Amino acid sequence: MMKSKALKPEEHYIKEEPYYQPVGEEIQVFETAYKQQLPVLLKGPTGCGKTRFMEHMAWKLQRPLITVSCHDDLTASDLVGRFLITSGETTWIDGPLASAVRHGAICYLDEIVEARKDTTVVIHPLADDRRILPMEKVGELLEATPEFCLAISYNPGYQSVMKDLKQSTRQRFVALEFDYPNAELEAEIIINETGVNADTARQLVKFAHMTRDLKGSGLDEGASTRLLVHAAKLMHDDISPVVACQTAIAQAITDDHDMLAAMSELSSSLF
Amino acid sequence: MRPPELTEDEIVAFLDECLEVESSFVNNEIPAAAIKQLPRPQQDFILNLINRVADTNIELAYQLACGAVRALKEMDQPMVEEWAMTAADDYDRKGLFPAMSVIRDLDNFIHTAHERAYGSLLEDQIGVLLPFVHGLAGRKLKLEAADSTYTDTETIFLPPVLAIFSDEKQNFLLYKATVAHHWAQIQFGTFRADLTRLPEDQLIKFCALETVRLDARIQHELPGLYRQMLSLQRNFEDTQPSQYNAELFRLLGDANASVKTTIDLLDKVPYSECPGTRIYQGTINPQAVAATMAKRIFREKALFKVALSEIAEEMTAAQDLTKADEKEPAKFKIRDRDETTKIRRDAIQLEFAGNLVAPPAHVKQLMRSIIVDFGEIPPEYLVAADPGEYDLTVADRTLSPKDLWQGTYHEEGAQLYNEWNFKRQHYHKNWCVLREIEVEPAYDSFVADTLEKYSRLLRSLRNTFELMRGEDKLLKKQPHGDDIDIDALVEAYADVKSGMEMNNRLFTKMHKEERNVAVIFMVDMSGSTKGWINKAERESLILLAEVLEVLQDRYAIYGFSSMTRKRCELFRIKAFDDPYDTETKARISNIQPQDYTRMGVFIRHVIRHFSEVEASTKLMITLSDGKPDDYDTYRGEYGVEDTRQALFEARRDGIHSFCITIDEKARDYLPHMYGAANYTVIDDVASLPFKVSDIYRRLTT
Repeated sequence: MMKSKALKPEEHYIKEEPYYQPVGEEIQVFETAYKQQLPVLLKGPTGCGKTRFMEHMAWKLQRPLITVSCHDDLTASDLVGRFLITSGETTWIDGPLASAVRHGAICYLDEIVEARKDTTVVIHPLADDRRILPMEKVGELLEATPEFCLAISYNPGYQSVMKDLKQSTRQRFVALEFDYPNAELEAEIIINETGVNADTARQLVKFAHMTRDLKGSGLDEGASTRLLVHAAKLMHDDISPVVACQTAIAQAITDDHDMLAAMSELSSSLF
Repeated sequence: MRPPELTEDEIVAFLDECLEVESSFVNNEIPAAAIKQLPRPQQDFILNLINRVADTNIELAYQLACGAVRALKEMDQPMVEEWAMTAADDYDRKGLFPAMSVIRDLDNFIHTAHERAYGSLLEDQIGVLLPFVHGLAGRKLKLEAADSTYTDTETIFLPPVLAIFSDEKQNFLLYKATVAHHWAQIQFGTFRADLTRLPEDQLIKFCALETVRLDARIQHELPGLYRQMLSLQRNFEDTQPSQYNAELFRLLGDANASVKTTIDLLDKVPYSECPGTRIYQGTINPQAVAATMAKRIFREKALFKVALSEIAEEMTAAQDLTKADEKEPAKFKIRDRDETTKIRRDAIQLEFAGNLVAPPAHVKQLMRSIIVDFGEIPPEYLVAADPGEYDLTVADRTLSPKDLWQGTYHEEGAQLYNEWNFKRQHYHKNWCVLREIEVEPAYDSFVADTLEKYSRLLRSLRNTFELMRGEDKLLKKQPHGDDIDIDALVEAYADVKSGMEMNNRLFTKMHKEERNVAVIFMVDMSGSTKGWINKAERESLILLAEVLEVLQDRYAIYGFSSMTRKRCELFRIKAFDDPYDTETKARISNIQPQDYTRMGVFIRHVIRHFSEVEASTKLMITLSDGKPDDYDTYRGEYGVEDTRQALFEARRDGIHSFCITIDEKARDYLPHMYGAANYTVIDDVASLPFKVSDIYRRLTT
């Protein structure tokens, strides 16, 4: 019988090495920042490997990884914790951030700009040399252990005034920029993740470059490495390349009818 | 029950009226006699069609009446309608004579009807073909309709309709193949050789041989497309090319073959051994290529070198290099990432003083374009320009909308919009030519005077609007929240003790009510506003802007004026992202009366602007002084109906429209255009500034 495991996030250690292909010196930089207890900011377009990088680092440093995907309803108490009522009494329950601080885990706040402005301020005392988390409701200050690490990510591609990271926040972090890997590397990643042959991977990367060229002239964003992996997985299991590109890539990045047709023509040209 | 057939007299009476027999003196008995024979539904269809065309031209409608019965025998109703509309459209664009020939030459229309039915129209496919060719890498090419198929290295010219195959899909594929072939010519260096000196017969031979080379490249780069091209060719002619010269194909198909290979072969291969013409190959127009290339190469060299000098300046400033370098122009290097001999899009990198440079997007685009022309970045390009070496104003003639009007009617750089013809019940496609023009700021005392004049009003307005601003509100009894709602908890606890189910709404939550409003003000800048109306408009805008700043709603202000469909100008006073600063104020103060009011096109343009902003409430407020009206036929009902249609399109996109007018007669037509509650008539112009802000407040609370 199939049964999925339930684990507490702070006890979840990544056992097997998650596949990650470094593009530059990001692994060394992160390790050093970790050692020096500096928080890290990852920027880059969606699906270029930020989250995978975090998993890889969590494995490498052998710390649990607590990921919080931020959304515009995320309040400070969602991060820090809140009182709940159990058996007639109120008990304090740690939020993911507090629990990461307590257990010396890596806390990764994904897409931080999506969170409400007041929420991002909670991490300020944690992100400078104080390294403390004030928990106003219980009247405590939680001091971070040397193992604790804070990492946040954001996508500078969404150039919306509303969704920009405040200077007071961003100037606390060591920033690593991520971009799509270059063509050979990206093909290698696809081969490694999916087991398709080298030719297919190269053509897929070429297709990705075509869509990335269309950014700004009809597309908001080009195909990410993640989408290429999706398409390659479909193709590996005998879905025809054109259908795979259309469903896994084109439909995922646009709803525009003409654009979809154009992308279908591009993929049918390539394969 | 079906109504009885119309009698000949009834038909004549109908035709007499709609063809204005009193002045046109046409003989309606001939067509009436024919129409009489038809069953009633067809009679109604024909008469309706004649009536619609009569609005365009009486003579045209009469000819239609005479030919309609025969047309109905040969074609189905939608086709007949298409026939009449084609004629009416031709009348608009080309005049009476070409339109008449469409009606008279019914046989020709029927003959080409299959083209219309199965053919692929460039106009319809361009939305797909353009992103397709942009996706293929290299220079951002343009596509245009023309009589022959060729490229000038910046634009690919294609026939407006392709109907070689009896199946629309195949015809579309032919477009795609043709586009790809011409893209390949540019991308794979066909024009790196000088073709202008080739005599005519050699050029034909060159064309044939070069196609073989390009096909091989396409086969390598885009195998799927190559298969489609082969199957197209096979569907077109069943036989394989008879003389198959394997050696020729081997030479040209080599990965290292260049245009030079083709040229070298010209004298060696006799004409008879040349492969046959491919249906997608089009022609080569060396003169057009040479002219375009010469211009572009000069321009791009200048732009690139100036861009390099900017980069160099930035980098030296950042690194504070020794001053010794300053005298010489900075030199850049090209670094190939690998030993790969071919230059691929990402494999080329720019190096300066030992460091890799990340050029900005427009420079990357420039580099690609240069590589397409030369196959590399030529060494002389890599030296940064001396200050003053190039006058970029000459090199970079980015067309400003104003320059365009120096010449004749020119549609470059403008946006095209459809217009609704209510009598014809049909859109004129790409009918209006619209440009966005910036209003020059005028730094005078107008703004200060206005603020002074209305200082008391402004104070009370500010107070009123401050109250409208969203405030934090504490919501109680929420299922999730920042804090515990003690009252709710006590209540719930009591419930539990008394054996009832516990409520889970136990939290309080701070909720900020945010106004999410985007509003565009459209200001009538027609000639009729000259004088105090214009002044009142400007004063109103200043007051509005002042209070909107308090409210922090997003707003934009545009003025509009037109002079026939070819010259519709939207004056940008403040875009959504512009701040309300001295420049914007100075622009408001310089709003000046221009020509006429062609409303529809501006509304359609504003719809496009709105599609770029995210807001839960989108509002378009028009300040106007009269009916839609333009120098040409945009008068009376026509203008009103087009505006109504455009407003309908706006409503469909979730945009609320509201009109503030000072035209006392507006009650006759505004309810029809905007709906009963969506307009206000202000009788006294002087009170406009008082009223506008008030109306805005009412609309958005």
